[in-house]
Amino acid sequence: MSNSQTSKSTPLVKRGLAEMMKGGVIMDVVTPEQAKIAEDAGAVAVMALERVPADIRAQGGVSRMSDPDMIDGIIKAVSIPVMAKARIGHFVEAQILQALKVDYIDESEVLSPADYVNHIDKWKFDVPFVCGATNLGEALRRITEGAAMIRSKGEAGTGDVSEAMKHIRTISGEIRALAAKSEDELYVAAKELQAPYELVREVASTGKLPVVMFVAGGVATPADAALMMQMGADGVFVGSGIFKSGNPAERAKAIVKATTFYNDPDVLAQVSRGLGEAMVGINVTDIPAPHRLAERGW
Amino acid sequence: MPVGVLALQGDFREHIIALESCGADAIEVKTLAELNRCHGLIIPGGESTVIQKLATNYDLFEPIKNKIKSGLPTFGTCAGLIMLAEKIVDGIEGQIGFGGLDVSVRRNAFGNQLDSFETDLSFKGITGEPVHAAFIRAPIVEEVGPGVEVLSSLDDGRVVAVRAQNVMGIAFHPEVTGELRVHQLFLKMVDSR
Repeated sequence: MSNSQTSKSTPLVKRGLAEMMKGGVIMDVVTPEQAKIAEDAGAVAVMALERVPADIRAQGGVSRMSDPDMIDGIIKAVSIPVMAKARIGHFVEAQILQALKVDYIDESEVLSPADYVNHIDKWKFDVPFVCGATNLGEALRRITEGAAMIRSKGEAGTGDVSEAMKHIRTISGEIRALAAKSEDELYVAAKELQAPYELVREVASTGKLPVVMFVAGGVATPADAALMMQMGADGVFVGSGIFKSGNPAERAKAIVKATTFYNDPDVLAQVSRGLGEAMVGINVTDIPAPHRLAERGW
Repeated sequence: MPVGVLALQGDFREHIIALESCGADAIEVKTLAELNRCHGLIIPGGESTVIQKLATNYDLFEPIKNKIKSGLPTFGTCAGLIMLAEKIVDGIEGQIGFGGLDVSVRRNAFGNQLDSFETDLSFKGITGEPVHAAFIRAPIVEEVGPGVEVLSSLDDGRVVAVRAQNVMGIAFHPEVTGELRVHQLFLKMVDSR
């Protein structure tokens, strides 16, 4: 298609798209109309799914990949990248999403897992993957399987940011601890993290993950988004927080601004005004452990 | 005086690192005061629709446009190229850029992410090894106005890098491949002003 030595779907190209999304907000949408609202509000990408996590939580049942017609409709509606979710371990859903030409696949704990042992072998795909993680070992295992982007999991569909906070603190803290270790301690560190030694050594020497890390799961307000950015996130996913709120378009715009100007309390005060009702929310501590989505994935 | 990188969204940190690796003094630009300190400006990769909105919301859009018009050396990569084009094809409704390059640029010209690629390019003004380039949901330059110099094209002739007076725009990302020579070329434009 272009030059003689052209190569597609390389790790650089896969990770590169996530680099371009940094400092941005990725929004969950369930219809082309919502996708358009998200794009107009300044979303850097949209996540196409059948039901937002708050509804998945409320309605229960098995949650699966979205209808291809819906995904097609969303791809047609917007010019920004479109992501879509496949169940953990469901490599055929991923094959279908790749055939639909989505820009990124989220192998997501928000859907019902299809395999309680293995995740998808993401190296086999041309399309890049983002995966959730609650700690450094989990993030590195996903990267080993081929993930080109990580999002800390938080607890989706709650509007409670405390789990997102816990996960980004855990991952950042473990990276700092690794960076402080001497070289001969890294072998045991790799064993403890249950991650490959080479990757552990890379993180220890660079002091960061080799891929972009966004935060997800419970971000509902501009202040939540700015909190995650101040904690060192590269960007934020907002799921139910926007379209389960009183004024989605305004809230979406406000969260985009807060993500850029996360360090400026005057801007944050201004964009936090007059947004109407936030999503109702559930305290994570009120959710019995078996119903916590973040515990899916291993 | 430092070179600024518009730091509203996208891979601005990689540009800061690239500039610093070239020995330049680099700062993030999010405010008018920061813009006014700069004697060169980079518009990074990212989402052009988002960069436009944030620049407009924070009263940077007109000042940047005017600075470019009055000769501020400016360099855009990917979304940055789109932001510097006088004409944007396949933009969203109401999408406009800062302008500065009399070219027509098509967004997502290669298709979706599956069509993103790496390749080697020859680039006017850069000798030795070819420039290794990553095209990520990249735009291309479809029409080139008078006075605009083509710096690089793909083998099939599609234009991917251009310059006119104080403004340079390229469709790929030297900031993510560790290629410093395009930034060095830009710094020469900054110094010669």
